[in-house]
Amino acid sequence: MKFVNLIRLAVRALQRNKLRALLTMLGIIIGVASVIAMMAIGEGSKQAINESLSSMGSNMITIMPYSNEPGGARLMGSSIQSLTIKDIDALEESAQHIAKISPLVSSSGQSINGAANWPTSIQGVSPDYLDIRKLTVKEGIIFSEQDLRSSAKVCLLGKTVVDNLFPGGQDPIGKIIRFKNIPFQVIGVLNAKGQSNFGQDQDDIIIAPYTTVQKRILSSIYFNQIYASATNEGASDAAVDEITATLRETHRLRTGEENDFQVRTQAELMTMLNSTSSMMTALLTAVASISLIIGGIGIMNIMYVSVTERTREIGLRMSIGARGKDILMQFLIEAIMISVTGGVIGVILGVTSAFVIPVALNWPTVISEFSIIISFIVCAVTGIFFGYYPALKASKLDPIEALRYE
Amino acid sequence: MTGRKILEIQNVKREFTMGTETVRALKGVSFDVNAGEFVTIMGSSGSGKTTLLNMLGCLDKPTEGVYLLDNVNVKELNRDELAKLRNTKIGFVFQAYNLLPRTSALENVELPLLYNPLIGTEERKERAIAALKAVKLDGRFDHTPNQLSGGQQQRVAIARALVNEPVMILADEATGNLDTRTSYEIMSLMQELNSNGKTIVFVTHEPDIAGFSSRTVMLRDGKVQKDTVNTDRRSAKEALASLPESDDY
Repeated sequence: MKFVNLIRLAVRALQRNKLRALLTMLGIIIGVASVIAMMAIGEGSKQAINESLSSMGSNMITIMPYSNEPGGARLMGSSIQSLTIKDIDALEESAQHIAKISPLVSSSGQSINGAANWPTSIQGVSPDYLDIRKLTVKEGIIFSEQDLRSSAKVCLLGKTVVDNLFPGGQDPIGKIIRFKNIPFQVIGVLNAKGQSNFGQDQDDIIIAPYTTVQKRILSSIYFNQIYASATNEGASDAAVDEITATLRETHRLRTGEENDFQVRTQAELMTMLNSTSSMMTALLTAVASISLIIGGIGIMNIMYVSVTERTREIGLRMSIGARGKDILMQFLIEAIMISVTGGVIGVILGVTSAFVIPVALNWPTVISEFSIIISFIVCAVTGIFFGYYPALKASKLDPIEALRYE
Repeated sequence: MTGRKILEIQNVKREFTMGTETVRALKGVSFDVNAGEFVTIMGSSGSGKTTLLNMLGCLDKPTEGVYLLDNVNVKELNRDELAKLRNTKIGFVFQAYNLLPRTSALENVELPLLYNPLIGTEERKERAIAALKAVKLDGRFDHTPNQLSGGQQQRVAIARALVNEPVMILADEATGNLDTRTSYEIMSLMQELNSNGKTIVFVTHEPDIAGFSSRTVMLRDGKVQKDTVNTDRRSAKEALASLPESDDY
């Protein structure tokens, strides 16, 4: 029988038992819809994480002092003194894969403006820091190289600090605030950045030249951290190798001696967070796939019933010239039709729910074409797999017995 | 009006194994049917009638002996080839009509042609319409079987048997489910088709019906008991006319 006629035949057979066909499809519909919705939720949260990470600077590299000396009191990384301006100079000179670099020294303390005060931390950096961390100036200016050299008492304020020190909504630019009793002139205000992935308020900062913080607040020549950015995301690994090599040299570490610093990229963090959300997605998808299998068994069940019910029809078709192959195809295509129609409805439902979920539950979703394609293929395969045995049974019927079947 | 041989049956035997026992349904049957004949095969139940019919209809193969249908040796064919033979050379008419439910008369008649890949959609429809006209059912193309009377359903079935232009129409108790009047109507149609050159093999157990055919083959205990040519063949049309008027209303 020609393929077009087979399709027409299958459509006709399903139309005759609309409710039954729909109920049979239900398993497939629910399976496909939930697979697509789950994958959309998984993909959505993955992208949300990636977005917030890259808003912190996706090619950002952090260098921290680190000690793994066994025995004795272990010190916190930030209190180990190993990073100095020499390291920055060496890196600036030699590194090919680093675009920007800035030291970071920080100190917490009370900031005061007249009657208002606020506990916060000051971060001593170079102007490159803003680019690396993707911070932008809302009003005012960034301090200059001249300010760095002269350890100028100037600063930029984050939004939280502005809100707390200037509660009346006055313009902070040009005002003098005090941090740990040292007066700073406010020369700029940063754009709000909100919370970080880890719940930190990224706007609760004061930014000042690192020389100022080192000399006037901490009286130290060491840095807490060094921030750098790779020339692009792909160059992160090369940059890490380069930094490691350079710092080992400036720190005069012998071969075999452990690093007294640690280099981390944003990409590592991203991989870690993504692997968690990938695992969740895989788990949810597995649960949804079980529903697909159950749907397939439903199809198989109904196809067996259908074959038994239509035994006489099969006998008649065979007696007027249908070959086993024709009967096989007829029932197989009917099963595939059920599963694929169920798949189409499931895709529509799944995609719809992927649009509804962000509105209703405020979860981000991203529909991946992959999930649609894969669930479609799974549907067709389910139809073939679970429809084959009933169809085979039909095709093997003896026409004589089938014709006399009551 | 005898012509070439359509059926050649030589010493056909058919045995079934039921557990340890062997049932011999046909014990050596021989007869030929020529083109244009109207043969009835008669016999009581257990005479091997049904087995012979399955054999003639290429639904079954003989255990022994030769069966040639239109010079094709059926015994040498496989399942698919038998299906093709049924599709092109035989038109079945069943006792229970065996029409597809909820399917229009036209589509029921088209059915055998669907399994013939050489026939396109246009030709299929034309031939189905012609076949329905030949059984005097024009104007009922869109009726489904449950909208038709028994006689009409059987005529749709006959149209379905005609549509593939078979060498032989094989009817199995085709009037068994019908009242006398409708039976005569069907027989009259059969006679008309026969006079137009169709070869008909009609299996029945009613001697009354056999009287309309040109030849009767009597089966008994798996053997041909009698093979007689009907000398005083009745006309179904006249028999129909002689029936008393229906007093249903």
